Amino acid sequence: MDIRTTGGPATAEEMAAVDGLLGEPQPADHRVVHGGRAMRSQRHLLLPVLHAIQDRAGWVSRGALEYACRRLSIPPAEAYGVVTFYARFAPQERGPVALHVCDDIACMLAGAKVVEGAHGAPCLGLCDRAPATLTERFGEAYEAVQTPAREAARQPGSRLLRRVGVVDPDSIDSYLQHGGFAALKLAREMGPAAVIDEVTRSKLLGRGGAAFPTGRKWQSVADAPVRPHYLVCNADESEPGTFKDRVLMENDPFALVEGMAIAAFATGCEKGYVYVRDEYPLARRRVGEAIAQARERGYVDFEVEVRRGAGAYICGEETALFNSIEGKRGEPRNKPPFPVEAGLFGKPTLPNNVETLVNVLDIVNGEFADTRLFCVSGQVLHSGVYEVAMGTPLRALIDLAGGLLPGRTMRAVLLGGAAGSFITPDQLDVPLSFDGTRAIGATLGSGAVMVFDDTADMRQVLLRIARFFRDESCGQCVPCRVGTARQEEILERMLQSPNGDGRADVMLLSDIAQAMRDASICGLGQTAANAIASGLTQLKVLNG
Amino acid sequence: MADVTLTIDGREVQAREGSTILDACRRMRIDTPTLCQLDTLTPVNVCRVCVVELEGARVLVPACSRKVEAGMKIRTDSERVRHSRRLVLELLASSVDMSLCSPQVRGWMDRYGAAPGRFGKQVATVAQPVKVDNDLYVRDYSRCILCYKCVEACGVDAQNTFAIGVAGRGFDAHISTEFDVGLPDSACVYCGNCIGVCPTGALMFKSEHDMRAAGTWDESKQTVTETVCPYCGVGCMLELHVQENSIVKVTSPLDHSVTSGHLCVKGRFGFEFVQRRGAKG
Ligand SMILES: Cc1cc2nc3c(=O)[nH]c(=O)nc-3n(C[C@H](O)[C@H](O)[C@H](O)COP(=O)(O)O)c2cc1C
Ligand code: SF4
Ligand code: SF4
Ligand code: SF4
Ligand code: FES
Ligand code: FES
Repeated sequence: MDIRTTGGPATAEEMAAVDGLLGEPQPADHRVVHGGRAMRSQRHLLLPVLHAIQDRAGWVSRGALEYACRRLSIPPAEAYGVVTFYARFAPQERGPVALHVCDDIACMLAGAKVVEGAHGAPCLGLCDRAPATLTERFGEAYEAVQTPAREAARQPGSRLLRRVGVVDPDSIDSYLQHGGFAALKLAREMGPAAVIDEVTRSKLLGRGGAAFPTGRKWQSVADAPVRPHYLVCNADESEPGTFKDRVLMENDPFALVEGMAIAAFATGCEKGYVYVRDEYPLARRRVGEAIAQARERGYVDFEVEVRRGAGAYICGEETALFNSIEGKRGEPRNKPPFPVEAGLFGKPTLPNNVETLVNVLDIVNGEFADTRLFCVSGQVLHSGVYEVAMGTPLRALIDLAGGLLPGRTMRAVLLGGAAGSFITPDQLDVPLSFDGTRAIGATLGSGAVMVFDDTADMRQVLLRIARFFRDESCGQCVPCRVGTARQEEILERMLQSPNGDGRADVMLLSDIAQAMRDASICGLGQTAANAIASGLTQLKVLNG
Repeated sequence: MADVTLTIDGREVQAREGSTILDACRRMRIDTPTLCQLDTLTPVNVCRVCVVELEGARVLVPACSRKVEAGMKIRTDSERVRHSRRLVLELLASSVDMSLCSPQVRGWMDRYGAAPGRFGKQVATVAQPVKVDNDLYVRDYSRCILCYKCVEACGVDAQNTFAIGVAGRGFDAHISTEFDVGLPDSACVYCGNCIGVCPTGALMFKSEHDMRAAGTWDESKQTVTETVCPYCGVGCMLELHVQENSIVKVTSPLDHSVTSGHLCVKGRFGFEFVQRRGAKG
């Protein structure tokens, strides 16, 4: 492949950023041919290189992109497609600071306004701190700062959160003092097959949203004949209203590392990745340091790399995540083939959510109980992560979070985030279990529980959800790419003129919804109409 | 490879293992709409107009890429299938100028009762000015349905030049060179293979574009002459589209064993000398 670059040279600063990551370029030796397989195998470094450029310069210029392309042997048109796919990368020049203001649901309810010069952002995973921001300062000493917590980490749970606020997340010794790595030791004594048996027997269901039986997934990867096997921890956590994985990674990062070590041991993974969303700089740093400390002490004996997202909800979808790690646009793949046969780099892959992997410790230790983390946010007294037993009534969970603000009455609960659906005040006794929620046509999804009282403007909430899907669709398939745009337009005009021809528009929305559900490639398009449909039918937002 | 037996629309059919549902449908002469599929390109399964109902599956599956499996029970004309096909065509036509698509596409629109106007007038479209930045071909992305075919043809499926890619996300996704530079500044070598696979007229010979603008393009006055490219020894088959004794565009048949429809800049665009000699006599 002939890489043609006509954009002029990169600045010294940009070249230093790229070379800092890839090493100094070798002096040109025209007797040997560069490119080919060895170079193409570096394609997966594209996102890290783009981050290095932008962290230093604040944006990705044409000169910088073309320099990176020459070094990685990637066609510039393809690399440009990657830059423009991710919301965080800026292909236009801008100042040395970027302020991202969350204007998603929980922050909207908390009065967030995107000030001039700031970038509006979808949920930053800090809903318990709403209104939330993320500030990036570019330069040699890049830093990203999140809205700080107002209250100390609470531990309203007994099992998964027991070390939160108790251990020192920066110290492996502190973790060891609290029973750390006992499960890994036990697992190594039991052997891979026995560990998988225990996971299967626990009936653990994946906590990333799809609720797939974890044991079955582990067995498939362990049985896959093709090598190598990859472990991918999904820490992209971008479902609006979800922040449990952040709380785990920030406060108990060694537990995730231990869970990954057990998973890799049981399923024979040679290499692991943790894909952390870009908006979680603290979690990313803590997990990275935990991996380094655990490796130094011999607890991690396989390769693990922390990868940084770049602002794309869709990269939480496992196959989009694989493409992102491979240095491509985060477009989901058609299934089959499933990840356990052909996932990351086309090899058998075990994708698991952070909370799923942390649960494995207790399964091996014999301390597992069917509890799960819920992220309660919105108009409640104490937003936060709460651990309750499966089957607990929704009402009890909301009470745990201190209930409504004084003097307010309940309007609705959004269960499962933007991909979930609305629950009405008379459904608050629904048990928080997969079957319980299914019985009323809802889902637990990622464990997001957003509470709305009588002061909430539900029309604006529905519109925000519609905009979320339009912004976050990868754009690959027609039902979702055009469907989410039409859905937002139609909803907007319905809400603007409630006396217009509402019935025809309701029909249109439901026609679009059915095609998105039936014909979209991935779960984003398949669920993009759920919350809006339930808002219109259950909550009767239009009539109120 | 072995054969598998599956059922399509109640009829049993044998299909080669590794072939697609679409292949099986074609053998049964079930007309299946496709927009992003081409026999010479790797399936991207993005347009979703070919979806069929597979018993036991939660969602519809794309016929163009889903491989046949023994015992599959498939319906190609159920209510759900008709609904999704209709919506895909409607959604596309409500956002893209599809007026230069083949009559076949219009036939599918009629068959599924697509009424793109029903979403209203004030809806987002991809309308934009035509990109004219060289003398050989133009890019009118207000006609682009984002089928990815040009990107595949420019990439590993044929040309290996990688001058264009998909940029942006969601409704803003579009075909672009790096930083949207004009073709002369890009890696493009003007092979025209992207034009050859484009199903919508978004990519068009400049000669055709100019004649359409002048109102002189008239396919009823055109003849097609088959010949072999005179430039090198590969032996690419050319189809010269001639109107009023002038070559107005050059194609090559998709099923030709040498070209698979692909040419290089010489065969595709190197015909000027023919007319010049004619003109100057
Ligand atoms: C649009 C979309 C977004 C998703 N986002 C996440 C996410 O942020 N974190 C996550 O763990 N799973 C997410 N998932 C689910 C993953 O595809 C996958 O099922 C999960 O990571 C598997 O892990 P588990 O079995 O441990 O739950 C998402 C799925 C879809 C369709
Ligand atoms: S459903 Fe949406 S997000 Fe998923 S592949 Fe299709 S366009 Fe992309
Ligand atoms: S003319 Fe050839 S090189 Fe240029 S964009 Fe089209 S396929 Fe690529
Ligand atoms: S330009 Fe043509 S071939 Fe390329 S994506 Fe658009 S419609 Fe498809
Ligand atoms: S951080 Fe603002 S809604 Fe989640
Ligand atoms: S033809 Fe099958 S998805 Fe486009």
